Amino acid sequence: MQEFIWLLPTYPLLGFLALVLTSGRLPKNIVAIIGAGSVGLSFLTAAIIAAQFLASGEDYFVKEVWTWMAVGDFTPGFNFYLDGLSLVMMLVITGVGFLIHMYATGYMADDPSYSRFFSYMNLFVAAMLMLVLGDNLVLLYLGWEGVGLCSYLLIGFWYTNPDNGYAARKAFVVTRVGDTAMALGLFLLFAELGTLNIQDMLHAAELEWEVGNGLAVAAALLLLGGAVGKSAQLPLQTWLPDAMAGPTPISALIHAATMVTAGVYLIARTHILFELAPSVQMLVAWIGLITLLLAGFIALTQSDIKRILAFSTMSQIGYMFLALGVGAWSAGIFHLMTHAFFKALLFLASGSVILSLHHEQDIFKMGALRKKLPVSFFSFLIGSLALTAFPFTSGYFSKDEILIAAHGLEGPGMIFFFGGVLGAFLTGIYTFRLFFIVFFGESKAAHPPEKEYGGWNMNGPLILLMILSLVGGFFAIPLDAVFGQHEEHHVSTLMHGFMIAVPLIGIGISAAFFYFKIWSVEKLMASSLAQTLHKFWHSGWGFDWLYDRVFVFPFLWLARINKADLVDGFYALIVEISRAANSMIVKTQTGYIRWYALSIAAGVVVLITVGVML
Amino acid sequence: MESIPVEHGLILAAILFSIGLIGVLTRRNIVFVLMSLEIMLNAGGLAFIVAAARWGHAEGQIMFLMILTLAAAEVAVGLGLIIQMFRRYKTVDINVLSEMKG
Amino acid sequence: MIALFYIAAIIAVIATVAVILQTNIVHGLLYLILSLLAVAVIFYVLGAPFAAVLEAIVYAGAIMVLFLFVIMMLNLGQHTRDQERKWLTPRGWIAPSIMSAILLGQLVNVMRQIDYDIVPAQVGVMEVSALLFGPYVLAVELASILLLAGLVAAYHLAKTK
Repeated sequence: MQEFIWLLPTYPLLGFLALVLTSGRLPKNIVAIIGAGSVGLSFLTAAIIAAQFLASGEDYFVKEVWTWMAVGDFTPGFNFYLDGLSLVMMLVITGVGFLIHMYATGYMADDPSYSRFFSYMNLFVAAMLMLVLGDNLVLLYLGWEGVGLCSYLLIGFWYTNPDNGYAARKAFVVTRVGDTAMALGLFLLFAELGTLNIQDMLHAAELEWEVGNGLAVAAALLLLGGAVGKSAQLPLQTWLPDAMAGPTPISALIHAATMVTAGVYLIARTHILFELAPSVQMLVAWIGLITLLLAGFIALTQSDIKRILAFSTMSQIGYMFLALGVGAWSAGIFHLMTHAFFKALLFLASGSVILSLHHEQDIFKMGALRKKLPVSFFSFLIGSLALTAFPFTSGYFSKDEILIAAHGLEGPGMIFFFGGVLGAFLTGIYTFRLFFIVFFGESKAAHPPEKEYGGWNMNGPLILLMILSLVGGFFAIPLDAVFGQHEEHHVSTLMHGFMIAVPLIGIGISAAFFYFKIWSVEKLMASSLAQTLHKFWHSGWGFDWLYDRVFVFPFLWLARINKADLVDGFYALIVEISRAANSMIVKTQTGYIRWYALSIAAGVVVLITVGVML
Repeated sequence: MESIPVEHGLILAAILFSIGLIGVLTRRNIVFVLMSLEIMLNAGGLAFIVAAARWGHAEGQIMFLMILTLAAAEVAVGLGLIIQMFRRYKTVDINVLSEMKG
Repeated sequence: MIALFYIAAIIAVIATVAVILQTNIVHGLLYLILSLLAVAVIFYVLGAPFAAVLEAIVYAGAIMVLFLFVIMMLNLGQHTRDQERKWLTPRGWIAPSIMSAILLGQLVNVMRQIDYDIVPAQVGVMEVSALLFGPYVLAVELASILLLAGLVAAYHLAKTK
């Protein structure tokens, strides 16, 4: 059955083709069956393959399908590589992907572009599977760009609103910055090591480069550039909040569970390269730490339910980067998996809330939804608990591992540890701020919901994701063979208690503010310092403002002053000459037959003259 | 023995051809234009007959027959066009057919 | 015989000039028939009696009668003749005449260099026919198809909608 691993991306690709070629002429229930069914088939196949792979006890498995191209020594193939890492990724993508597809069959039910939506979704799943299963960096890059394209298409899915188109372009351009760096990294690796097959490349790197080699540092830095762009980390994080313009299932699938974690996957996949460049690995940790803190502060001030979750995603990916940076590879991937469960749950539940309130996204116009939306309420409760690493939920185990690993690191380890704990504290506050404001207090909704939106196809995935968010921490993921035996870190019981207590204190503060109303937000906001900070954080630490001034405006200015440039002038001249010649020739076309006869006679005269003279 | 210089016959053909050309270029009445075209075709036929006589062959006459056929077909189509044009424009002025000007 | 050639040539030229100068179409047509008959005489003098007969019957006969029919159908009266007078301004003749004169000059200039005298010898119907239905039978077929096409086109074009 492992032979059939190529079927995984093929099912959704066929689904995409079927939906695209019929271009919306199929009835909605058939679209839903094709769209969700193809991913479901992929998941079934993936589950069987995973069971067989684990039973076989092999470390890895390669399936060569065909050679993509052959140029000299450069022969990347459509080859699939399965090991513990890609196994986890493929199960998350197909499993969570299938649940989200199912949810989307209900969520998008009233959308006129139903078929287009599922065609993009299927293409996305196919590209994402190509990304994680490819055995060489070229195939990975194909998937990488494929998911970028789908992300663009789906953010701008409701393209009639120009703002959505703008958000889509922003996401595309900002990630393109990272992708360019990554492409350069691939060129460098191929030029230096002569192969882009990931395993061969890593072995060659180990043999040829000693730790700290300049080329290794450069290659790792360039790959990190790509990862940072895709995973919305500092300094390329600005696109993710705007990406929430897309439909909510998209936010769940692409901008929370799968695509944005591709950067984490890339670094984990090429971890040997990063181990050869310790300075870059340290940079990864710093990027993760700073991003998780920045995003946490921003999330405190947001009022749009999806934007809060977006910044929370950014922050959680920061944790993954932190884990990668401190060398806790499997902890990073573990957190990737649990995060996929609970963040997908939170996004989908927020989708139910938004639809029940007739497309209301402002949390201050919600409130008291606990009784009216029970499924969303429990989804949010469990998702929030997992997100804040409440003991024995899935998030607790993964975040715990990361923080313990950070604690065990020499040098700046303690900074990472306390930074991470501070991040967890912030997570507790902003998550339960959202939770209490939306589900408790008084109803401030413009259109209070009569009943919860969605049938079994929307609530079923929510319930499954709830279970996964609760028990996901007990899954043992087979990563030891990929990253080598990792040493067990231990912290004192006191430290451990501190780690558990801090998020709970955050929850408590949140409850004090927003549930018990012991403290008042208004009083806190009265001081001008608080207002300034709020404004600053609300704007995302002013990154958009800064990038607009540093990059966008100068670029637009350059474009404007260069509008009538020399090269253009040259081409404009050609156009002008053609126009002038045209208007001259047009004058000869009088439409009079006798004029044409005269021209013919004149031509004959000229020809005979020439003939006689020669 | 009586003889005719070849160039005299050819020059006669050239003169008739030129007169026909003047007619085509000058007249605005489309019937006259068609008649002038007939003159030009006939001049071409004359040139072939002269050439045939110069070599004493029959091929020139065959070419004349071809031109004759061509002229007959052309006149049939041309006159059909004139009738159609007269029906639509109620005139034989060739200048009304100038809608194709650039 | 030679005198006949030159007389016929002069008649042909004069009649042809008269054709293009006419304002009355029917008169012009009659001059054209005269010109064609003169050319038929020339054909005969040059030893092509078959061509001469065809010129008289088909050209001066059939084709010109076709013209006549059409002119009658169009029923162009006094109005057209006045219009013709208006159209034929002296200035309109200048450019075409110069053009044709140049062309004629060039042609004459080229033909002057030929120096050969024709001794007319009869090439009769038999020789022509033998060639027509021998090596040139394909040309005859093509000519018949051309006439058929002309027939169909003329029928279609002249049809009232």
